[in-house]
Amino acid sequence: MTPLLSISDLRVHFPVRGGVLLRQTGAVRAVDGVSLEIANSETLGLVGESGCGKSTLGKAVVRLLKPTSGTILHRGIDVTHASQRSMRPLRRDFQMIFQDPAESLDPRMSVRSIIEEPLVIHRLGNRAERIKRVNGLLDRVGLPVSAADRYSFEFSGGQRQRIGIARALALNPKLIVCDEPVSALDVSIQSQILNLLVELQRDFGLSYLFIAHDLSVVKHISDRVAVMYLGKIVELAPAETIYRDPRHAYTKALLSAIPTPDPRVRRTKILLEGDVPSPIDPPAGSAFGHRTGHPRYAETIGMDLGLAEIAPGHHVAADPCCLSEEDWQKIRELRKTAAPPFTAA
Amino acid sequence: MNPSGDNILEVDKLITSFETDRGLLRAVDQVSFSVPEGKTVGIVGESGCGKSVTAMSIVRLLPQPTGKILGGHVFFKGRDLLRSSESEMRRIRGGDIGVIFQEPMSALNPVHRIGRQVAEVFRLHKKISKKDAWDAAIEMLDLVRIPAPEKRVMDYPHQLSGGMRQRIVIALALACRPSLVIADEPTTALDVTVQAQILDLMARLQDEMKMSVILITHDLGVIAETCDEVVVMYAGRVVEKAPVGELFANPLHAYTKGLLNSIPTLETPSKSLLNTIPGMVAPLAEHVHGCRFCQRMGRITRDSRERPRFAEVSPRHWVEKCPECYQP
Repeated sequence: MTPLLSISDLRVHFPVRGGVLLRQTGAVRAVDGVSLEIANSETLGLVGESGCGKSTLGKAVVRLLKPTSGTILHRGIDVTHASQRSMRPLRRDFQMIFQDPAESLDPRMSVRSIIEEPLVIHRLGNRAERIKRVNGLLDRVGLPVSAADRYSFEFSGGQRQRIGIARALALNPKLIVCDEPVSALDVSIQSQILNLLVELQRDFGLSYLFIAHDLSVVKHISDRVAVMYLGKIVELAPAETIYRDPRHAYTKALLSAIPTPDPRVRRTKILLEGDVPSPIDPPAGSAFGHRTGHPRYAETIGMDLGLAEIAPGHHVAADPCCLSEEDWQKIRELRKTAAPPFTAA
Repeated sequence: MNPSGDNILEVDKLITSFETDRGLLRAVDQVSFSVPEGKTVGIVGESGCGKSVTAMSIVRLLPQPTGKILGGHVFFKGRDLLRSSESEMRRIRGGDIGVIFQEPMSALNPVHRIGRQVAEVFRLHKKISKKDAWDAAIEMLDLVRIPAPEKRVMDYPHQLSGGMRQRIVIALALACRPSLVIADEPTTALDVTVQAQILDLMARLQDEMKMSVILITHDLGVIAETCDEVVVMYAGRVVEKAPVGELFANPLHAYTKGLLNSIPTLETPSKSLLNTIPGMVAPLAEHVHGCRFCQRMGRITRDSRERPRFAEVSPRHWVEKCPECYQP
């Protein structure tokens, strides 16, 4: 079956200009060779530190950004280079909700016009039908129908996120890209929104690309989790597996950094030195090996660091700086015997 | 209440209000807690519950002219800060009490070099030469583990990453080796990996310098890992306070239980429905005099009920004894 979303070797680079003539002097490699698939009714969690390119990837998936190279297939249809006009009918199935609903909702539009707008653009229904649809959507996301005639700024953060979700639902999409949808919310409100997303998925068979930096939240909502580092996926596995048995050193460090809400637990943390390196001039070899000053870094220059399937469904970057010796040998064996089943770089 | 010997700070029935179009609104309503010497006290609660206003009232940094402290005492080393002169306060702030703000970009001046900003603290609080202050600034940057501090002093804030900037803000707060540090959401804007670095740094410096810390956060994970005692605030009031182990093992107030139950942990079954607290915190102007968590749960219709008594139910475990919300 054709996957709902399939991207391969996607790259999104932004030019860096300098000098008097503003010539291009370099590129920000925000997304640098990413391949993944999302199936129907599946949630793929995408985690990583700020600046790793996860939001850029999310925007490129719904074609709010133009990819530099690679392909994006929406239900088998190539939309990589589709024009804004030809994207329009396809957008019905691929929607997005944003981190800060205060910035993504027009303060001069009533809640009704915000939720109705996608219906108007796609010329769906007459006025009476649209009113009925908006009322139904408000009810579905847990807002009173009276909210329709008010303005988004009259609502709290959690309620505004509900408005954003109602707008995304208006066209009965198949996939919603959720870009940090609960990061700005208090814990009690965050759990309300997470529950709503889980219920909606159950009721409508939605798929989510769920981007977040809170790993407990991602674990909770995702079927599979992809860990991104400096524009590349470094590990991809079922949610339970990646938390129980992380193989990549970066995933291990990320997981160990989550504070546990239990004072009896005292875990030793893997403290990373420094910050995510700049994607403008990324290290030639293993980006993470470079950050940690790994002795084998020199070996990785020019090496294929793409994903390898180390266990069924468990993909990890073939990077000697970031794997245990045992895992590294295993991957070398895999690569010798057959062509890698899943390459990204 | 008399200030006792082993507490470095005692906040007693603090009341802070803001003047608004709708009259005087009470953001902090008779808050009391104390900070034992060398310990970390966490203040936790949702946005708008008065955590930051409480902290800013302690150092009297409320927005002017709207913010007003209308009652209570804040004893710091036995002296009532609310009755100290403004010049005394200026000596204490940045001197014996350091403050770490949430957003490092707005706590730093974008047009001055890092070194000048750190050196300024030394120039203000100690009578030392410009040269010595500059050297002290480099030493301070080294203390907060900024690599190549002698080069970084020449940088401007925008040249540094979020984690590095927060280290500078910590350097500013700790420059005069304060005995109390107030940290208002010091890691909220940071990635988990950087948060772990900063919390580790703060714990080590606290140990070295024997400081007491007030840590304001909404992250119960951070509370569990760093605090000795916890104060849970809801709608301007303290609803529960206890030593950290006791609070997590034996929460007694419905709000504390709700907060603890609503966070997904790595152990929560995936896609299970999480516990939620229905509704949200009522706006300041609509706060009732009776139990405010009952108000959120829709159990209060009129402003007729009495404020629940705040009582010590077991040693050092205090809770607001509302008949509905107190759930032993």
